Amino acid sequence: MNQKLVISPSPHVHGGDSVPKNMYGVIIALLPALVASLWFFGIGALIITLTSIAACVFFEWLIQKYLLKTTPSVSDGSAAVTGLLLAFNLPTNIPLGLIIIGAAVAIGIGKLSFGGLGNNPFNPALVGRVFLLISFPVQMTSWPVPITSRLHYIDAETAATPLSVIKEGVSAGQTIPELMSEIPSYINMFIGNIGGSAGEMAGIALILGGIYLLWKKIITWHIPVSVIGSVIIFTGILHLIDPSTYADPLFHVLAGGVLLGAFFMATDYVTSPMSRQGMLLYGVGIGVITVLIRVFGSYPEGVSFAILIMNAFTPLIDRYMKPKRFGEKVKTVRAQTSK
Amino acid sequence: MLKTFKKGGVHPDERKISAGKSIEILPLPKRVAVPTTQHIGAPAKPLVKKGDIVKTGQLIAASGGFVSANIHSPVSGKVFKTDEVVDASGYRKPAIIIDTEGDEWDESIDRSDKLVKEIALSGEEIIKKTGEMGIVGMGGATFPTHVKLSPPPGKKCEILLINGVECEPYLTSDHRIMLEKSEELMVGIRILMKALKVNRAVIGIENNKPDAIGKLTNLAAKEDGIEVQPLKVKYPQGGEKQLIDAITGRQVPSGKLPIEVGAVVHNVGTTFAVYEAIQKNKPLIERVVTVTGPGITQPSNFLVRIGTPVGQLIEAAGGLPDNMGKVIGGGPMMGKALVNLDVPVTKGSSGILVLPHEEAHRAPVENCIRCSKCISACPMGLEPYLLMIEAEKELWDRAENDNIMDCIECGSCSFTCPAHRPLLDYIRLGKGKVGQIIRNRN
Amino acid sequence: MSIVLITIMTLVGLGALAAVILYLASQKFKVFEDPRIDQVEEVLPAANCGGCGYPGCRAFAEALVKADDISDLNCPVGGPDVMAKVAEILGKEAGKSAPQVAVVRCNGTCEHRPRINQYEGASSCVVAAALYGGETGCSYGCYGLGDCVEACDFDAMYMDEETGLPVVIEDNCVACGACVDACPRDIIELRKKGPKSRRIYVNCVNQDKGAVARKACEVACIGCGKCVKVCPFDAITLENNLAYIHDDKCKLCRKCVAECPTNSILEINFPPRKNKPAAKEAATEKTEEESK
Repeated sequence: MNQKLVISPSPHVHGGDSVPKNMYGVIIALLPALVASLWFFGIGALIITLTSIAACVFFEWLIQKYLLKTTPSVSDGSAAVTGLLLAFNLPTNIPLGLIIIGAAVAIGIGKLSFGGLGNNPFNPALVGRVFLLISFPVQMTSWPVPITSRLHYIDAETAATPLSVIKEGVSAGQTIPELMSEIPSYINMFIGNIGGSAGEMAGIALILGGIYLLWKKIITWHIPVSVIGSVIIFTGILHLIDPSTYADPLFHVLAGGVLLGAFFMATDYVTSPMSRQGMLLYGVGIGVITVLIRVFGSYPEGVSFAILIMNAFTPLIDRYMKPKRFGEKVKTVRAQTSK
Repeated sequence: MLKTFKKGGVHPDERKISAGKSIEILPLPKRVAVPTTQHIGAPAKPLVKKGDIVKTGQLIAASGGFVSANIHSPVSGKVFKTDEVVDASGYRKPAIIIDTEGDEWDESIDRSDKLVKEIALSGEEIIKKTGEMGIVGMGGATFPTHVKLSPPPGKKCEILLINGVECEPYLTSDHRIMLEKSEELMVGIRILMKALKVNRAVIGIENNKPDAIGKLTNLAAKEDGIEVQPLKVKYPQGGEKQLIDAITGRQVPSGKLPIEVGAVVHNVGTTFAVYEAIQKNKPLIERVVTVTGPGITQPSNFLVRIGTPVGQLIEAAGGLPDNMGKVIGGGPMMGKALVNLDVPVTKGSSGILVLPHEEAHRAPVENCIRCSKCISACPMGLEPYLLMIEAEKELWDRAENDNIMDCIECGSCSFTCPAHRPLLDYIRLGKGKVGQIIRNRN
Repeated sequence: MSIVLITIMTLVGLGALAAVILYLASQKFKVFEDPRIDQVEEVLPAANCGGCGYPGCRAFAEALVKADDISDLNCPVGGPDVMAKVAEILGKEAGKSAPQVAVVRCNGTCEHRPRINQYEGASSCVVAAALYGGETGCSYGCYGLGDCVEACDFDAMYMDEETGLPVVIEDNCVACGACVDACPRDIIELRKKGPKSRRIYVNCVNQDKGAVARKACEVACIGCGKCVKVCPFDAITLENNLAYIHDDKCKLCRKCVAECPTNSILEINFPPRKNKPAAKEAATEKTEEESK
């Protein structure tokens, strides 16, 4: 025998799945939303998306190469996903410097300080976004008007988002039916013709991307369905109790970041629970906290905070929500026969 | 909707390239090495010594306990020596080495092809005889068959399941037995039914073998109480617990035997061996082995005497390809990589798979990204990612609480893992350690 | 101003209340503990390596205080000095233990022991041992996957990339035995350090028959028994085709070293002598280098 036989434990074949495949799958799924964003916000969306991706990839490479002295893992695509998601959570008129700060926080603090991909307890893109939101609230909450601001970047004309219109209106004593005339129609909200963060407004594009993720088996249905379902049920109950103070469920799903959060942010592998039951609980938690913040809190939008809060619960959920073991349902039979 | 098991599972490429090849008889080897541990349980005790003349089918090593099996000479000739030979794992194990001289069979064995339908023996006699003839489970687990035919007191078997699933990619030996030995198989099932005192038997076959399903369905129509159940193709359906779940919908509780839910499972290869043992008085001295792989020029199914070196089978199938990287005893999911080509065929060898160099290597291990795909894939509802961490950190008590002992080592988790983590390697280690701890405790 | 005053007073009050509660609780739940345990723990090296056979220095200190006779108990890290101090504190007699060092009893380098397979499983000796006999024909020798190096808390081991075998850095080794436990093949052993670090041992654990062992590895012990015959002190025994030198009987006369046909007996840190085989020279020099 002139060749050495390879010995390794079974299994000897692999399904061919890989980390980059999953990450690039997410990027592909985000493309429809990116196209919508480019259509409505034009040059601003282009600038912040490119900057954010480039900054995230650069910081990952820089920190891994010179600070941690490990082999940079930028080719797995996870930094690019973080960059894209961070951009999608920013208004399209945000100054470049802030994007770079956000990217540094997302990658440096949110991800690599915990040991890199797989070890971070919080969604890095959201860590970056929330850091910016708390540090630079003015820049982070002035939203360009779609279509008319296509050719403008920093100097874009701004307007309030539907969520802040409702929030401010209700606290000023107006009723929901009155406020409905001040916000865009649901059709416009569905296609994305509203003010908001770069990638969160186009409902149809996000749903398309979500279906792609489900079809490619990159995510399972549990988290998106439980997030959206719990938002619908919770706001539905509130709406039934008092339609003049609480907006209807469809509005809550289409406005703001629920769809982006449900399909792309909450489903982040690293920071979501492992078992199916755990995923459902986690999704319901996100939905409920989102509505609580939106309706009763001081911020008009709460998806980012809700996801980060539930991220913190993920280890606890993993500890107690175990998958159903094979043969568990016949436990009673076992108890009878063993005695 | 075709039936299948409910939890987890994966779908590797089937690649049954030798499915169309009928069973060929491999020429007798010049020398055989018959290990005395070809089964689960105590090793058999050699009865022959150097220089003894043995006949084909003669008892050469006696069962070393209740859970053990007799071993018979697969060839006639002279005992060269009883020594240690390297087994599949690279460790040296005791074996009886026999130089072949002619092929003189023990007189009691009926070598004709005539189908004997009449079952003369009683249930107890059948069980006794399967023990004497050294029959073990031939699907790979090599559990002595007579033990499985004797349910523990107080337990009643209600249904006999015949495992014709062959869910491992590449392997086709059971498929060929079902096609070529269908009539004998039916008698074998009758024998097992008589021994177990059950009146219902179901043959489970995956839907990728329509010819076998067709043929056996026709035959079963004439038999009372035997039926064929086509199953959806999904790995690891051939696992005992998964097959019971797929066909009967009952789940064997953790740590229990299938008899707990009234089922006993036998592989088609075993069933055929039982037929030969009971009706033809023929001990388990040969078996059907698939020789296959992407580089093998003539993928084949051979009828091989136990103890034949693996290299001879590969030669007969066209020889080793130039880019050979790994030789596996069994299928690609659960088989064992062989350390050299002198390893003998044993009672549990269902196939020899040669993988080319580029398929033989593992991809580099990355961080766990907690994608939970291993949990989706696990047919036992376990958390492979967690069990691996626990085994790595030697947290044996936590591993035990997380049901590490339920793992059937099917490899679905490692197969799925996008980060190429050696999940099963560590889980297997953990199972060994936890098993030891449990045994010491009791 | 009054707000500041109220705040300070509230805090002081809270603090005082908590202090009282804590004091009462500590009185109520006080457990008597021998003060000598703390004293003994003080002199122990606080390495918590487990080399003494107890889960940590504290547990060892408790055991020392409890035991009537401490001559069997030894802290390998601290050595005789520390044990003498402990004995002084406790007023007991400390056992005399010769300093020990871990030795790797395998010389199956790539040169001596040809690789016939290529292992590609998880990179851990215990995982490999649960499945395979190793990459070579020797199913007793070192896997070279470094579980022992991983287990060492004292930076006293490293993998030699050239030979594929672990090397003990003698000066750092405290003989805690972590590597001995980590090795699934019992290749590593704690042996007497010996005078001037001179020692002789069989550098092999292969129990195969001579021909098999020799075929797998050039420097394997083939169980020929020549060393047993030549030893004037009955220090060598032969069991399962493997010679073993008992370090309590060995007087370091070096007769066996010259006798061994496969050079599997190793002498360490001896001054050079005439007509010695080249291979041994290299080995000796190497260890000398490491000990520097």
